[in-house]
Amino acid sequence: MYLYLEDGTIIEGISIGADKEAIGEVVFTTAMNGYVESLTDPSYKGQILVFTHPHIGNYGIPKKEYINNVLSNFESEHIQVSGVVINNTNNGFKYNKLYSLSEWLKEENIPGIVIDDTRLIVKKIRDNGVMKGGLLKKESSKELVDNFNYSNIELINEVSPKEIIIHGNNRYKVLLFDFGVKHGIIRELIRRNLEVIRISYKMNFEKYINEVNGIVYSNGPGDPEIVSKYFDKIKELSEYKMPTFGICLGHQLIGIAFNGIVKKMKFGHRAINKGVFDVINEKAIITTHNHGYAIEKLPEGFKLWFYSIDDKVIEGMINNDLNIITTQFHPEAGPGPLDANYIFDIFANMVEKWR
Amino acid sequence: MEIKKVLVLGSGPIKIAEAAEFDYSANQALKALREEGIESIILSSNVATIQTDRSIADNVYLLPLDYRFAERVIEKEMPNGIMIGFGGQTALNVGIDLYDKGILEKFNVEVLGTSIEGIRNALSRFKFKELMKKYNIPIPPSAVAKDEKEAIEKAKEVGLPVIIRVSFNLGGRGSFIARTYDDIEKNVKRAFAQSKTKEILIEKYLEHWKELEYEIVRDKDGNAASIACLENLDPMGTHTGDSVVVTPAQTLDNQEYQEMRQAAIKVAEAINLVGECNVQFALDPNSKQFYVIETNPRMSRSSALASKATGYPLAYISAKLALGKRLYEIINDVSKKTYAFFEPSLDYIVMKFPIWNFEKFGVKGYLSSEMKSIGEVMSIGRSIKEAFEKGQKMIRAYIPKENSIKALKENRPYWYHYAINAYKKGYSLKEIANIIGVDEFFLSEIVKKEKKNNFAIKQIDTLAGEWPASVNYLYTTKYGLEDDISFEKKRKLLILGAGGFRIGTSVEFDYSTVLLAKAAKKYFDEVSIINHNPETVSTDWNEVDKLYLEVIDLETIEKLNKKESFDYIATFTSGQIGNDLAIKLENKGMKLLGTRGINIERAENRETFSKALESLNIKQPPFVTARNKEEIDKFINEYGFPLIIRPSHILSGLGMFIINNREELKRYLKKAAFFSRGYPVVISKYIENADEAEIDGIGDGNNSIGVTIKHIEEAGVHSGDSTMYTPIEKEISDKMKEIALKIVNEFEIKGPYNLQFIIKDKEPYVIELNLRTSRSFPFSSKSINTNLMEYAMKGIFSKFEFDGFFEPEHKLYLVKSPQFSWLQIKNAYPYLSPEMKSTGESGAFGKEMHEALLKSWLGVQPNRLPKNKILIYGKNNLLKEVYEILKNKFYILSLDELYINGDSLSKKEVLSEINNGNVDLIITDGYLKNIDYRIRRRAIDLNIPIVLNARLGLELSKAINKYGDSIFNI
Repeated sequence: MYLYLEDGTIIEGISIGADKEAIGEVVFTTAMNGYVESLTDPSYKGQILVFTHPHIGNYGIPKKEYINNVLSNFESEHIQVSGVVINNTNNGFKYNKLYSLSEWLKEENIPGIVIDDTRLIVKKIRDNGVMKGGLLKKESSKELVDNFNYSNIELINEVSPKEIIIHGNNRYKVLLFDFGVKHGIIRELIRRNLEVIRISYKMNFEKYINEVNGIVYSNGPGDPEIVSKYFDKIKELSEYKMPTFGICLGHQLIGIAFNGIVKKMKFGHRAINKGVFDVINEKAIITTHNHGYAIEKLPEGFKLWFYSIDDKVIEGMINNDLNIITTQFHPEAGPGPLDANYIFDIFANMVEKWR
Repeated sequence: MEIKKVLVLGSGPIKIAEAAEFDYSANQALKALREEGIESIILSSNVATIQTDRSIADNVYLLPLDYRFAERVIEKEMPNGIMIGFGGQTALNVGIDLYDKGILEKFNVEVLGTSIEGIRNALSRFKFKELMKKYNIPIPPSAVAKDEKEAIEKAKEVGLPVIIRVSFNLGGRGSFIARTYDDIEKNVKRAFAQSKTKEILIEKYLEHWKELEYEIVRDKDGNAASIACLENLDPMGTHTGDSVVVTPAQTLDNQEYQEMRQAAIKVAEAINLVGECNVQFALDPNSKQFYVIETNPRMSRSSALASKATGYPLAYISAKLALGKRLYEIINDVSKKTYAFFEPSLDYIVMKFPIWNFEKFGVKGYLSSEMKSIGEVMSIGRSIKEAFEKGQKMIRAYIPKENSIKALKENRPYWYHYAINAYKKGYSLKEIANIIGVDEFFLSEIVKKEKKNNFAIKQIDTLAGEWPASVNYLYTTKYGLEDDISFEKKRKLLILGAGGFRIGTSVEFDYSTVLLAKAAKKYFDEVSIINHNPETVSTDWNEVDKLYLEVIDLETIEKLNKKESFDYIATFTSGQIGNDLAIKLENKGMKLLGTRGINIERAENRETFSKALESLNIKQPPFVTARNKEEIDKFINEYGFPLIIRPSHILSGLGMFIINNREELKRYLKKAAFFSRGYPVVISKYIENADEAEIDGIGDGNNSIGVTIKHIEEAGVHSGDSTMYTPIEKEISDKMKEIALKIVNEFEIKGPYNLQFIIKDKEPYVIELNLRTSRSFPFSSKSINTNLMEYAMKGIFSKFEFDGFFEPEHKLYLVKSPQFSWLQIKNAYPYLSPEMKSTGESGAFGKEMHEALLKSWLGVQPNRLPKNKILIYGKNNLLKEVYEILKNKFYILSLDELYINGDSLSKKEVLSEINNGNVDLIITDGYLKNIDYRIRRRAIDLNIPIVLNARLGLELSKAINKYGDSIFNI
């Protein structure tokens, strides 16, 4: 099998998982463990994910576990990436192992490739930006990659719910616009005694608006500009001044709704080791990131809440008048450190106190 | 208060569990201080380290780590800050003493970094336990005991098996696993003896649980990050210093990893850490249950390893944090663009392997909760197998042949060797894992076959390639398809490091390596080091233009040379590794820096060396290079016993013995076969009761600069185990220098050399020439306050400004005393011989020899001045003189079987006096194992100072008699 990048790079490797080809945007994560969570993260929908850590699959894949019909050890029901690039894998050993990585990929019909020098790919993406690429069976399939064009909104349609899902049963309810939500977000909300009404952006939310005390705009794959063309209710909903929390894509959509500027980053942040600074609490925390776009200019009425310590990217905003908080990073982590967990406390507190 | 001047405490001599990691740590702290424009002072007795070189700190005090000496330094220097977290447990203990005795308050010295209260909370097993409960952090079932009786009671509460842990100790000293109450009774006295606070913890033994360590940094505002998670392959119960370690952690899922990370940060918060700590965890391999075991609120062996593994310089950052900086204000040292507030991501695997030296002590080693390894190596690969294979090449260890399963069951060192053998014999990975408690994942990787043939050079960048690195911290991999760096044509030098420490190869070589790298910068455009010891300063990527963290062997160097085209390769600071490689590299067409390989070979080979001496009319003891029994017999008929026997090509006296009769000879020849590597044995006449002397010199092909040294112990005690002093009597040193000059010319010595002599009736006989830096090289350099390495570069590339032999003037006497680690080498019999056994050294200056000697001796653990009773016994008549000197001030005991003078006690009475803590010092001599094994061993286990040589006993008693307590006031 071959890994091909649109700049012409071609590397031969060994096929694992499903016996098929895959085409998509090639991105990398520098997370060193938590591959189960990464692979099931809907934000990666349609992407070919390169793991920079050389051994993946070490502890196998566990059985799915649910609490309140939310997965507690996966970020969604299925593998979301279209292809996997790794350096090394084995059978996996752990008391709770159900599958090996390769078995799981087969089961989920996702191809993977084992290549010698994943670092080479990372350096190319670092220097040239995100590229299209493919896991190909023969070199001549290169054209498939070159001609590949993906529609962003289709990705979201694939990962957002087909019907309304209710998690938990509680006095305080929040409406979650699911663009491909990570189960970790739902988990954190439920843990704080919030009932989660999870709907897709296409569904009618009007009937819930009087029931709920808060709104969450979830993470999700792809270009926020395109998504915002299909979903333009944010500004309207903000008039309720209901506690609102935007995470990742949700943060970007809020930015666009209020005329902020969102730009594609050269190669994005995809890691679980990034320092951000909480301007309000004057505190630095380590956070999980998975974004290829970022807000470049704060929208009107919003204050800076978090910024990335290394490259000063806006990582969170706050609008006290409208009761909106946002984070570009993932406070639910999964995989990643739990430092930002307190943001869910802040949100839950806002929800409980509202009205 | 603005900090203007800071005293940094070092860790003293190298001993098991306190090695070069503290040279590196304090070195980093001193660098951080200098950067901040703060005046720095270092106090340490380790004469061999880089930190005690005058170029690193603004002022150096080569004195024992004792609060009394520290007080003198504070009084004189008046610093307003002190750093006690960079010198291991030794420095922490001195810091706590200074605080408790009110000395810091008296002189208005602020403790920088974690407060004394925080340190106490971390190190007192009792306080730590209470604190963890308060913070809701899970700890294993345990209880604290203050005496032997309570220990049994508490063990009953906790339930067997238990592990006994000691408060304020070092390297797990005194700790043990008890499966029966009898085990406790037998070992608990020794445990209490190792605790500064006479406090032990009885903890449930979590057999075969995983052991993990997180390295946490935290600033004064409470911002914290986890820099590395080190996973021990060995389970709980084997000291982490004796464990094979991998980083990043490989077998933890996200939940386990993050929950422990969060708990580790909470521990740091609980002790109000400012700087760095490591937090140790036990994790059940069959559930998500974990416990916090302990924390070390200071730089440690694991923090040095974590720094080298990740490229995140923990000690340097920690020093900055202690000075009040915040994590997000400090620049990432490797990227130079990002900040220190992040958690490194690794796109490679790092493994650490310990090195043990039990074969030097004639005992079998068993791993336990007490650290026993002498050194370690670190390997980097793009797979576990690759890192593992490199590690195997690096350790260069002697692994005894054993029945694999038996060895695994007994927890013998180098378990992986036996595990692989067992696997080859048909045992399943699961069966092996069940015996040793190593995760099957690792076993499955190390038995894998890996066929890769690439050779690519990769950079360590702390961020898995996400940002470009600005320093050349490099490793090579078979998994690489491209190099991370490009190679320019310029004048290049590659310096070989000395690798992992073992007895005979220690920080002394690192000192030379680093000083050479500095001195060479003037002569080369690019200086690179290749080395793999994670503890050392030489593996600090900022010391050189390029650091290759790699195997030091012919294959690797050849491949590197193909890409780099080095102009010169320096082998002379690399100990035995360099000596072995020199001629091979030269034969492959590489150019050696300094003396030619062919001349190194001539000096190393006893036969050619002796012929050269003969032709120069230089005296040497009678000798023969024997290839068979007949040649040996012929020699014995002519010269008789005793004789010294050894294989050629040696370091640290490996396989070297004094043979007194035919019986011993027979035994030796049987045993020595495995040491010999195809060379014949060399037999020379052992000249009894002679002095031993040395020259550490630098040649320019014709002339030499150098230092003449003498040993206090007679010839026959290995030079590494001897007490050395300089300057020496002019009459003898002049003769030695004359000989040295002849040899410099004969062997065209350019650069460092070490020449060893026996002095009998004031006549020097040459016994050995080493064309490399010696163990005493830093001692010699410091004795004349001269950077001899700069002379080495000059000698290699031009000529000295003087003719003949030049020994710069000594302003003071300098004495070096050996540090032994007998305590950890369980069951070993403490004695001195031609085979080196010490692990480190202490040094001190004095206006006269005895002053320097006493200070130097006090710099060695557990030495202290006697107060009341001294035990003197043995066969050597000098001991009678020792008695005469000490009898007026001390109460002298002697053993009836080896009576010298004073109270005659039976062996039983002697042991009881020792057990009751009544003996302050023991002075004896020679090898008396059949009589006094239990006496020496018991003294060692209870931290009682013991002098093993009568000549040393004599000089020391003179010093004690002359100075006594007044030594602390000089």
